[in-house]
Amino acid sequence: MNDLRLFERAQAVDETKISAKGVNVHYGAAHALKDVSVEIGDRRVTAFIGPSGCGKSTFLRCLNRMNDTIPSARVTGRIELDGQDIYDPRVDPVQLRAKVGMVFQKPNPFPKSIYENVAYGPRIHGLARSRADMDAIVEKALRRAALWNEAKDRLNAPGTGLSGGQQQRLCIARAVATEPEVLLMDEPCSALDPIATAQVEELIDELRQNYSVVIVTHSMQQAARVSQRTAFFHLGHLVEYGETGQIFTNPRDPRTESYISGRIG
Amino acid sequence: MPAGWLLLLVLLIAALGYGLGRRRALVSAGGNIRVLHSLPAAYGWNVAMAVLIPSLLVLALWSFAAPRVIGAMVVPLLGAGEGEVSLLMGDVRRVAEGLVRLGVDVSTVAPEGLRERLGEVGIALGQDVSPATLAAAARYDVLAARSDWLMTVLVLAIALGAAAWTIRRTTSALRARNEVERGVLGLLVAAALVAIATTVGIVLALISNTIKFFGLYPATDFFFGTTWSPSFGGGSELGILPLVWGTLYISAISLLVAVPLGLLSAIYLSEYASPRVRAWAKPMLEVLAGIPSIVYGLFALLTVGPALLVVFGDGGLGIMQGGTAVITAGLVMGIMLIPFVSSLSDDIINAVPQAIRDGSLGLGATPSETIRQVVIPAALPGIMGAILLAASRAIGETMIVVLGAGAAARLSLNPFDAMTTITAKIVSQLTGDSDFNSPEALVAFALGMTLFVVTLALNVLALWIVRRYREQYE
Repeated sequence: MNDLRLFERAQAVDETKISAKGVNVHYGAAHALKDVSVEIGDRRVTAFIGPSGCGKSTFLRCLNRMNDTIPSARVTGRIELDGQDIYDPRVDPVQLRAKVGMVFQKPNPFPKSIYENVAYGPRIHGLARSRADMDAIVEKALRRAALWNEAKDRLNAPGTGLSGGQQQRLCIARAVATEPEVLLMDEPCSALDPIATAQVEELIDELRQNYSVVIVTHSMQQAARVSQRTAFFHLGHLVEYGETGQIFTNPRDPRTESYISGRIG
Repeated sequence: MPAGWLLLLVLLIAALGYGLGRRRALVSAGGNIRVLHSLPAAYGWNVAMAVLIPSLLVLALWSFAAPRVIGAMVVPLLGAGEGEVSLLMGDVRRVAEGLVRLGVDVSTVAPEGLRERLGEVGIALGQDVSPATLAAAARYDVLAARSDWLMTVLVLAIALGAAAWTIRRTTSALRARNEVERGVLGLLVAAALVAIATTVGIVLALISNTIKFFGLYPATDFFFGTTWSPSFGGGSELGILPLVWGTLYISAISLLVAVPLGLLSAIYLSEYASPRVRAWAKPMLEVLAGIPSIVYGLFALLTVGPALLVVFGDGGLGIMQGGTAVITAGLVMGIMLIPFVSSLSDDIINAVPQAIRDGSLGLGATPSETIRQVVIPAALPGIMGAILLAASRAIGETMIVVLGAGAAARLSLNPFDAMTTITAKIVSQLTGDSDFNSPEALVAFALGMTLFVVTLALNVLALWIVRRYREQYE
């Protein structure tokens, strides 16, 4: 938080990757997300902040249709990825999720070896033609997740045997191995210690070179450190959305100001 | 005094003790409950437990030991050899009981005509009462009366003594709650020990009879013999191998039926079924587990066997001689085991964390890819445990094989042949009139011991696997 002049960060590209208009989500009778409209830019990091239960994770899960797996969830409104409506009946959620990867709050490695964890996505999508191809994909993904040096000698060891921070980086490696266009991260550092958090944040900044990254976080410092744009959710409403520097130094909405200054939340 | 009255009296003393202990505690506190260390009821319970536990323990031990001790004391009067003692002692006990019912003076009664008189009061004897038996019975009655009197005095003395001592100790400072809780803990431990002691007792009974059997029949012939032909006239061949083969063959067929069906239905129920279907289908499936195995046996005998005979019997392919066969028992047992496999596997699949499924779905895997490549491998150790439990159940199953598999002990590869299992042969060796000291009857214990060891090993293996699996996710 030593540098809050974040709005001066260079914005290399500024085109919209995901555009959401009037999104509402109901879980049974509960109205979890109320009329949210957001434009998420390509090759930049967008942070969703807000108190618990404000709908930020729900909105994140709309972006790759993970809410489909919850029987009581109902999503209305329009979400477009590169101009294509992702809730169109012709869109297969399975293909969508290959393009929009996800990293979860709790590290959830599969009960398989480290190698098989990373190779899982490329294998089900048929991305590798040979064993050598797969080796290369796994190595590249592990290098990008900053796990290669720690894991290269134990690729056949079970992924569940790694430490918490390593497990989360393994999950990130698993997500980037399928070469998604967008990476959704749901509080990826909430189970990690500060050192592992720093490593993951560094990684997020690198991933920005290739992907659009959306991160849900409870830590405002983290949002300020890693993101270019920040959206503040409160009680299911999108209260304010703008450049990260502007949100943290000069919020327009009094609720945003109360939250970032620690008066509510 | 009869034991029932004595028990009632002890309970009465305990109830009185409860009231007195409670009152004494209150009085010593001057009516102020706050001064008491424990709640008033705890003082009462403390007295009641001090009365009940030792006196009931003595009552139980005495009732258990007295007949044996008295029996040993009258045996010399019979002047009988080793082998007859147990038979004669049965008579002695019945005559002694009859004399009490007749209400005659045991020192003057004569053996003549006693059998008829005893018959009138409901004591049936196989032969006339010999003077030696009568003398022993008379002595038995005298000793029993003395023992009864001693027991009554002792139990009442203990109950009253314990009550008096504990009530005397009762003051406001007595830590009654701690003592009561220690007593309750003791009761809990005792309850757990009963189950363990029973298991140990069963194993010991099996072992001692098995050792007796191996004293009469060579162990190598038993374990490696390929013929099973018991004849109570002597000269039996008691090789276990045909029975082991039959058991394993039938169990294998039943698992071939139960494992795929059970596993697939578990996958459907846990991963695909809507909550409504699941709420309806799972109990329906578990009803199968509640059907008594004799009913499955009837189903095998009356429905499945004849149905198979139509297809494979003389009218059809001609490879099946009768309705009772390995395949009949195996199929029906497989149906019986479906809920075992499916219910346990369903629980285990549900225990796989949703986060892992989300992780796989989030990478763009389809639900079926997720199940095949992530959920099932994660649940596999638990599923193996479920299958092993089903296997040990199959090996121990009796009624279905008695009714469905036939009775011929043979070593054959044809699943349409009648065969038999260890359990079915245990039944046939022990039913009917047989001398319990012949190898033909004792072999049942050796068979039971073998079965016990095999199923125990399977259960231990299954529990070990399931436990290892649990450690991974908690």
